[in-house]
Amino acid sequence: MPHDHLSPSGHPYRKDDDHPLTYWQTMEIAVRELLVEKGVLTPAQITAQIETMDARSPANGAAVVARAWVDPDFKARLLQDASAASREMGFDIGPLHLIAVENTKEIHNLIVCTLCSCYPRNLLGLPPDWYKTRAYRSRAVREPRKVLEEFGLSLSKETQIRVHDSTADMRYIVLPARPDGTDNLSEADLAALVTRDSMIGTGLPKQP
Amino acid sequence: MGGTPAGPVCQDDHDFALWEKRVDALMVLCGNTGLFTVDGLRRALEDMGEEAFETMSYYERWIAAINQNLLESGTYSIEELGARMEEVARRGPTYGEAQDG
Repeated sequence: MPHDHLSPSGHPYRKDDDHPLTYWQTMEIAVRELLVEKGVLTPAQITAQIETMDARSPANGAAVVARAWVDPDFKARLLQDASAASREMGFDIGPLHLIAVENTKEIHNLIVCTLCSCYPRNLLGLPPDWYKTRAYRSRAVREPRKVLEEFGLSLSKETQIRVHDSTADMRYIVLPARPDGTDNLSEADLAALVTRDSMIGTGLPKQP
Repeated sequence: MGGTPAGPVCQDDHDFALWEKRVDALMVLCGNTGLFTVDGLRRALEDMGEEAFETMSYYERWIAAINQNLLESGTYSIEELGARMEEVARRGPTYGEAQDG
């Protein structure tokens, strides 16, 4: 978006602040204020929750993946119980039941939530818009190979694709295969190769 | 929804606006208080029908579903909501002006 709409300080106005107030924004404000007035929530709780979500990003998942690439024992624990393994690394993922599924030469995993938008949000942050679209949710389970091609990922016919449908209580994360030629990389350098999409299954890790 | 025919996946993405982050936070926090659960959210979303998916954005559907659950739980009344929304709308023409009472 061109920054042709600047505030007196020269910064672009926040997108949510300079458009006409919508009906649903009005409802959000009203509901939030009523929840505070009724003593259900405090403004501080709401602010803290937003900060907590903002702090979660695919970098957290990338750190977990990189650890699994360098530490076989950790990888075994991750595949056994991804919630516990993530907590072990200091990531507070709440009561979420997280399951890691491993990509190999024979198997490629893809995650989706056909019902709505369940996503490993407590590890990776909020899902990308396309993950929530009807098109992705409808087609990921019907023609995953074609969907992956649209994401620029062409898998050989021999590769088996496993699609995992998330639920409110059970979320998946893909453990992508470690790229070849990365034997000398540090754990931090490896983490930098792990993209969000590679942990959803719509992409592969970057090459070094 | 899973398995029904659909067009190409639009890969556009956007940064979440403050009001969207607030809706997300309200859902998580209301869930923590036990007022309603994610199942309640989903039921309300599915009750909206197909048309809502064509005409409303993601967090628009969410705030509508959260509100539906809060009305059902008796957290506030429809009259209280209506009065407050009118008051909010009178504060100013943009979200920035209307957001704080």
